[in-house]
Amino acid sequence: MDRRFAIKDSLAENRIFLSRVVAAFVLIILIIAGLVVRLGYLQVVGHEHYATLSKDNRIKIAPLPPTRGIIYDRHGRMLAQNVPTYSLELIPEQIENLDDTLRQLQQLLAISDEKIDQFQKQRKRNKAFTSTPLLQNLSDEEVAKFAVVRPYFPGVDVYARLVRYYPYGDLAAHVVGYVGRINEQEMKTLPVAEYRGTDHIGKNGIEKTYENQLHGTAGYEEIETNAQARAVNTVATVEPVAGANIYLTLDIDLQKIAYDALSEYNGAAVAIDIKTGGVLVFASRPGFDPNPFVSGISAKDYKALQDSPDQPLYNRALRGQYPPGSTAKPFLALAGLEYGVTDFGHRLFCPGYYKLPNVDHKYRDWKKWGHGMVDMNEAITQSCDVYFYDLALALGIDKMHDFMDKFGFGRKTGIDLVGEVEGLMPSKDWKRSHRSQAWFPGETLITGIGQGYMQATPLQLARATATLANYGKVVSPHLVQRIINANYADSIELLPDEVIPLKRQNVDNLIQAMTNVVHGSRGTAGRLAKAIGYQIAGKTGTAQVFTIKQEEKYNEDAIDFKMRDHALFIAFAPVHDPQIAVAIIAEHGGHGGSVAAPIAGEIIDAYLNPKKDDQHEK
Amino acid sequence: MKNEMRNENFQSPSLLGNLLRKLHIDIPLFLGLLMICALSFVILYSAGGQEIPLLIRHATRMGFAMLLMIVLAHINPRQFQSFSVALFSLCVLLLIAVAVMGQISMGAQRWLDLGFFRFQPSEFTKLSAPMMVAWYLSEHSLPPRPKHVAIAGALLLAPVLLIAKQPDLGTSLLVASSGAAVLFFAGLSWWFMLGIVALLASLTPVLWHFMREYQRNRVLTFINPEADPMGAGYHIIQSKIAIGSGGINGKGWLGSSQAELDFLPESSTDFIFAVFAEEFGLFGCVGLLLLYLLVISRCFYIAVQAQDTYCRLLAGSLAFTFFVYVFVNIGMVIGVLPVVGVPLPLVSYGGTSMVTLMAGFGILMSIHTHRKLLPV
Repeated sequence: MDRRFAIKDSLAENRIFLSRVVAAFVLIILIIAGLVVRLGYLQVVGHEHYATLSKDNRIKIAPLPPTRGIIYDRHGRMLAQNVPTYSLELIPEQIENLDDTLRQLQQLLAISDEKIDQFQKQRKRNKAFTSTPLLQNLSDEEVAKFAVVRPYFPGVDVYARLVRYYPYGDLAAHVVGYVGRINEQEMKTLPVAEYRGTDHIGKNGIEKTYENQLHGTAGYEEIETNAQARAVNTVATVEPVAGANIYLTLDIDLQKIAYDALSEYNGAAVAIDIKTGGVLVFASRPGFDPNPFVSGISAKDYKALQDSPDQPLYNRALRGQYPPGSTAKPFLALAGLEYGVTDFGHRLFCPGYYKLPNVDHKYRDWKKWGHGMVDMNEAITQSCDVYFYDLALALGIDKMHDFMDKFGFGRKTGIDLVGEVEGLMPSKDWKRSHRSQAWFPGETLITGIGQGYMQATPLQLARATATLANYGKVVSPHLVQRIINANYADSIELLPDEVIPLKRQNVDNLIQAMTNVVHGSRGTAGRLAKAIGYQIAGKTGTAQVFTIKQEEKYNEDAIDFKMRDHALFIAFAPVHDPQIAVAIIAEHGGHGGSVAAPIAGEIIDAYLNPKKDDQHEK
Repeated sequence: MKNEMRNENFQSPSLLGNLLRKLHIDIPLFLGLLMICALSFVILYSAGGQEIPLLIRHATRMGFAMLLMIVLAHINPRQFQSFSVALFSLCVLLLIAVAVMGQISMGAQRWLDLGFFRFQPSEFTKLSAPMMVAWYLSEHSLPPRPKHVAIAGALLLAPVLLIAKQPDLGTSLLVASSGAAVLFFAGLSWWFMLGIVALLASLTPVLWHFMREYQRNRVLTFINPEADPMGAGYHIIQSKIAIGSGGINGKGWLGSSQAELDFLPESSTDFIFAVFAEEFGLFGCVGLLLLYLLVISRCFYIAVQAQDTYCRLLAGSLAFTFFVYVFVNIGMVIGVLPVVGVPLPLVSYGGTSMVTLMAGFGILMSIHTHRKLLPV
C-alpha cells in the first residue's frame, strides 16, 4: 500500500543517511573529547591526590564491626555477653616463610596440630592481606610470651577482640542459642557490607532468630597506611551502631529450678505467664555448653555431642514431639461438652477395658480392674481411660481434630524461636493424604487418651493449658520482652488476640475437675497438694513408648529404662486467678503424678512465692 | 633485470591484495582490530596477574571470534537481509526459552544449555535486533513514517524487556541502542528523538520501580560513591584511584599497584581500563581512544560506501553500537556512568561479547567486500 504512493527516492535517502553519519560522528568525537577531559581531570589535575592515595600512602578501608547486642533475662541478668579475649593473628601476605613461622609459633605457644590445620583452611578462604586468627583465648602468660619475640615475627600480632560468652552455659543454651563462625553458605546470602569485619553469626535460638537486631550496623574507617602497610593516619571514621539489647521474658532462676528438678530425667519444662504469653521457663534437659561453639568446637567434641544417646543438642521443649497421653483428656472432655455429645454429669461403668461393637480387641484401662461407675469429674481426676474411649467414639475423630486444632494442637505456636515443629493432631483427611489409608474406629479410641498418631510439643501443651486457664482467650507464647535499640526502645509485636468461644460453665467444671486431680482425695497428683496457700489445677499423663501386647502385663521393674513410659504433667495456678501455666515431660519417667507433677510444683511455687525462695537462699 | 624486479615488486602487493579480497577481508579495519587485540594481550598479562593460561584462553576465544568474522565476511549481505526475520524470531524464542527453563547462572538466567554448548541468546540479539529493524525499515521509503517507527519500536521492545528481566541491564541497553541507532540512521526526525528522551526522563520513576535492588544500588552508588565505600561504591573509588595515580605517563607496564594489591576488583574483566590507565597514563588512554576511533571511522566509511539501504543502516548501527560499548565501559570505569556489566570491547577478558563483536565486524566486511564495483 505504502509503496504505491511513496516511491523510494534513493538519492534523498542517501543524503539523509550521510547527514546522519556526520551527526553521529560529530557526537562520537564530542563524547570522546569529553572522556579525554575527564581522564585529564583524574590523571593530571587529580594525579597528586590519587597518587598519594595509591602509592606512598594507601588508603585502606578498615571495617569497624558493631558490638553485638546483649541478651538479658526478665530481671536483667546477662544470658549472652561480650567479653574481651586475646587472639594471635597472622597476615599471610606480610610473612616471608609462613611454614617456618607457624612451626616456631607452635613451639613457642604449644599450639596443637589441629589448630594449625584450622588456620590453614581459613587462610585459604581469606585474602592474603587479611588477618587470620591462629590461636584464640590467649592467657595473659601467652600474651606476655609472644610480646617478647614479637619484633621477630612481622605480620604476626596479638589482637584484643570481643567474644561472645554465655555465663549460664547449658542452662539456657536451648533458648539463647549460640553464635558461630560465618560459613561459606551463609556468606552468600549475607549483606556483604554489613558483615565485613564480623566473623560470627547467630546459629541457633534467640541468637539466630533475632540476628538482624543483635548484629547492629557496621561502620568503617579510612586509614592511610605507609609502604609497610602500617596505619599512619585515620582519614575518616563512620562509627558502627551497636546491636540492640534484648530482654527475654525468661526467668533464669526459675529456669534453673526447672532444670535441676528434671535432674536425672531427659525431658523438658515449659512455663508461660498466662497474662502476657511471656515464656518464663523453657528448659530442655540435657543441655550443652554453648561456649565452645563460639570459637569453633572441635570435630571430636561436636561428634560426641551429636552421637550422645541423650541428644543434648536437641531442644525438647521446642522440637520434642510426644504423645500427650492423658494430658489431652481435659481438652477432649471440653470438646465433648462444647459439641454437646455428652454432659458433665454423664456416668459410665468402667470395667477396666472397652470394646468396640463386633470387635474382639480389648482397649484397656491403665487400671486393670477398672474405675467402676465414674462421671466426667471422676474420669478426669482418676484419669479413667474407658470413659474417654467412649467419649472419643461419640465425638468422632474429625470433631476432635477441629476442636484440638483451636487449642493449637498440630500447629506451630509462632514462638519467636527458629526450628519450631508442628506436632500432629490427626484427622481423616490427614490420614488419607499422608498415609493413603482410611481411618479406623480404633484409632479414634486411642486418640481419645492422647495416644496413637497424636503428638504435641511441651510448648504446645503449655500453651493449650494457658489458653484453657484463660477461658479460651488464646495465649501466644513469646520469649522476647523488649528490644532496646541504640536509638529507641522497640516494643514487640504481639499476635492479635484470638478467642475460642467456650461456655463458661463448661470451663468452670473442667477446672474444678483438674483442681481435684491435685487437691481431690483420689487425684492422680495428690502429692502436690502439700501446705500451699493456693490451688493448682493440673492433669497427669503417661505416654506409651512402646505397645504392650494384649495379654501382657506392663511391669515397670521388668522392662528396660529406655522402654519405660514418658511422664507428663500440665498445670496452672492459682486456680482462681491463673498466672502461670506449666507443661512437664520427663522421658521414661514412668508416672506423671509421681515424677512430672513435683517438678511443676517446684516451678509454680517458686514463681508464686518468690520471697520464700529468697529466704531459702539466704 | 631491473625492470623485472620492479615488476615483481609491483605485483606482489597486488597479489596480497587479491588474496585478501578473495578472503573478503577489509584491510584497514582488520589492521585496526589486530592492533587493539594485540594491546589486549599486553594489558591482560599485567591485569590478570601475569598468568599465561589466562592469555591462552583469551587467545583461543579471540581466534574463534576471528574465524567467525572471516566466515561471516564470506556470506553475501543479501543472505543476511533475507535471514533477518528468521534470525530475529529465533533469538526472541531462545530468550523466552531462557526465561522459562534457562539454567541459573550467577543468580541470573542468561544461559541456555544445549548440552555441548552454553550460550547467551541475548548476545546474538545484539546482532539480530539491528538486522531486523534495518530489514523492516529498508522495505519502506525513508525517512520512516510514524507507523513504521512505532512498529520497529515494538519489535525491539520484546527482546529488550526479556533481556532486562534476566536481569542483564547492560546487554538490554546495548540491544536497545543498536536498534535505536538503525532508526537514527534511517532519518528519524530530531523532534521525535527529543520527544522520546523527554518521555524516558519522565518514566524514570517507573523504571526505578521495576529495577532490582542491586541495580538501584548501582545507580545510587553512581550518584554518590562515597556513601558506601565498603560495598557498592568500592569499585568506583578504587578504579578512580588507579586511573588518577597513573598520571600523564603512567607507571609503566606491569606497574599497576592497585591491581597488584588486589585493591581493584574485576581488574581483568570490566575494570581492565583502570589498569591500562594506571600503567600507560593519559597518553596511553588517548592512544587507545584514537585506536577505537580509527576502527569506528573505518566502519562508518564502510557504511557510507554501502550500496543499499539495508546494508547502510546495518553498518551504521554496528559502527555506532561498537562506540556505545567503548563509551559505556570507559564511562563506568572513570565514574561518569553507573556500573553496568559491559566489558571493554576486544580487550576485557572473558564474555561472549568478543564473539558477537567480531561477528559484527564480519558482517561489516561482508558488506564492504561484496560491493559491485563499476569497472573504472
